[in-house]
Amino acid sequence: MSTFDNPFDPNRRLHAGGCSCGQHVSEAEHDHAATALRCEPAPSEEKRYEGVVASAVVRAMFPKDAARRAFLKSVGASTALAAISQFFPLQTATEVFAQAGTPEKKDLKVGFIPITCATPIIMAAPLGFYAKHGLNVEVVKTAGWAVIRDKTINKEYDASHMLAPMPIAITLGLGANAIPFTVPAIENINGQGITLAMKHKDKRDPKDWKGMKFAIPFDYSMHNYLLRYYLAEHGLDPDTDVQLRSVPPPEMVANLRADNIDGFLAPDNICQRAIYDGVGFMHILSKEIWDGHPCCSFAASREFITNSPNSFAALTRAIVDATAYASKAENRKQIAEAIAPANYINAPVTVLEQVLTGTYADGLGGVKTDAKRVDFDPFPWQSFAVWMLTQMKRWGQIKGDVDYKAVAEQVYLATDTGKVMKEMGLTPPATSYKSFAVMGKAFDPAKPDDYLASFKIRKAS
Amino acid sequence: MTFSLRFRAAVVSIVLFAAFLGIWHLATRSTAATTTMTPEYAKLMGLTATQGKSAMPGPLDVGAKLWEHLKQPFYDKGPNDKGLGIQLGYSIARVGLGYLLAVLVAIPLGFLIGMSPLISKALDPFIQVLKPISPLAWMPLALYTIKDSSISAIFVIFICSVWPMLLNTAFGVAAVRTEWINVARTLEVGTVRRAFTVILPAAAPTILTGMRISIGIAWLVIVAAEMLVGGTGIGYFVWNEWNNLSITNVIIAILLIGVVGMLLDQILARFTRMVTFPE
Repeated sequence: MSTFDNPFDPNRRLHAGGCSCGQHVSEAEHDHAATALRCEPAPSEEKRYEGVVASAVVRAMFPKDAARRAFLKSVGASTALAAISQFFPLQTATEVFAQAGTPEKKDLKVGFIPITCATPIIMAAPLGFYAKHGLNVEVVKTAGWAVIRDKTINKEYDASHMLAPMPIAITLGLGANAIPFTVPAIENINGQGITLAMKHKDKRDPKDWKGMKFAIPFDYSMHNYLLRYYLAEHGLDPDTDVQLRSVPPPEMVANLRADNIDGFLAPDNICQRAIYDGVGFMHILSKEIWDGHPCCSFAASREFITNSPNSFAALTRAIVDATAYASKAENRKQIAEAIAPANYINAPVTVLEQVLTGTYADGLGGVKTDAKRVDFDPFPWQSFAVWMLTQMKRWGQIKGDVDYKAVAEQVYLATDTGKVMKEMGLTPPATSYKSFAVMGKAFDPAKPDDYLASFKIRKAS
Repeated sequence: MTFSLRFRAAVVSIVLFAAFLGIWHLATRSTAATTTMTPEYAKLMGLTATQGKSAMPGPLDVGAKLWEHLKQPFYDKGPNDKGLGIQLGYSIARVGLGYLLAVLVAIPLGFLIGMSPLISKALDPFIQVLKPISPLAWMPLALYTIKDSSISAIFVIFICSVWPMLLNTAFGVAAVRTEWINVARTLEVGTVRRAFTVILPAAAPTILTGMRISIGIAWLVIVAAEMLVGGTGIGYFVWNEWNNLSITNVIIAILLIGVVGMLLDQILARFTRMVTFPE
């Protein structure tokens, strides 16, 4: 029986048998449900908490499943509830449980970069998710990744939007002082793309891209790793056969128009903006490289968690809540409108709608539909972090040995996020490592060194 | 009938401006769309792609947008969207503060350098090395060490506006005519009194020229600094609109930056005229 099952249902099993979380008959079904329904919130918060408390009480009273079933079958669920309520104050316990600790600090500042990856962080302000969790959050638009890093390290921001590999890089002291940082939630999965200049519309085979110039937003970014991976899989060495430049997103569109670069792997709304302005076309979505890849993260320093654990918990709840809301297709139009104004992303609503709803112009005269073009799933898989570490090593950003697992578990707070998700009635995955495939090549998080060794193209270290 | 020079110059200015606007308008006219698109595809595309609208806005677009901004210069819709008046206010305040700090440091130090050949020679290598550093090169260092973005911006203003003032003050003080100083010596005027009653008035025009150069540089730098750190100010406004690829708003910001820079320069020019003396 999982924490969210109705404890008064005699047909439920109390202890896990089939799968790791106990909700499903088999592990396969669990995996299926985990991917399909990860962000399905329960009907109402109060009901959810009630269920959690009742589960705990029933579990304590009937440690043996057979006894519980017999009892419930003989008296019926409602009688059982009434009976238990008599000697255990379920109502009060539920209220106590629902009231998380009061935030130490209510007025928080969260930095973001104006791209659709920041959707949950941004929308949580206008749509009231921060307020719902008792926080008064000011979301502050920030001029670039290096600045957001410095401002978060300087504590001008309590937490912020970062590229998924950035907290790992900061923790390891790559390109900054080593400061322990954490990722309690992934902001978005998928949602990037390779956009090429119109003049390359017949050069769709990457093998023809030798000598071309590409832009990426930041060195420690999924964009960098995915583009390098994609090029290398097609036999191009990203360090010698093409030129990769770190360029801020708006300048990517301008440079593409000016014929100064041939393409870019960029965060969305920028890819779609290039198409909207008629200067480029979508070569592929990043989803086609790795379906379900993480892109941006929600990051906070370890110090913030230690000093204000309740604020941090409330913030994580608000972000997870917003992410769950954003994961639903039917809310995407409303979200696009909420985050388009000058105060937030400052982009045409049409562009954001195309990104978020997944019905978009491809720049070559066609309209494409892919509802998962960008998706939202907060769970910080530690295997994601391990993959990023392998790529950091592959491209020479990390020299020497690295304890993949230790770093991943220190930075990606899967356990804490799982707990928050459970409290909110969401179903977190049972483990924090999963294997996945990038361009058809399987990645086993247990064997990062073998994975790394299997690449032909890599920087000699 | 002849008109005054002033009037004729004004006429030429207006003609030039009108010609500029006309050429601008013609150069940015939209051309008809070259490709045919299905209606549902066209709905997803911008005007540049569908109607062949130039990526560069014309003078009419800029005028309309400018009017929109001027109608409502002080609105405040949260931390990331404020009226142009408020943004300019932030920038001017930062420039003012950084500049004031620079005045407080540069003028006394410049006096010291001008009056003492020893100090002048000793400090010279440092000044020569520090002076040519681009103000923006200081920015990452400032952010890293000061750990506060708005103080960093003020620091950058300070560090870039201090040198012209320092050098001009030192030069002005050193170039005070020796006869005047000798006269003061003969009359047994003390050092402090000599500095205030003889040297300061004599060097004032040069000092103010340095201050005028400095305010110009400070205003040049603030826009770049704010683009880098973001948050508030006219530089942030430019960055934010650049992010949206709204060239119209960027042009408006450029126009306003020019106007404010001119006003700041004019204020100091007036002060310079006040202290100038005929020899």
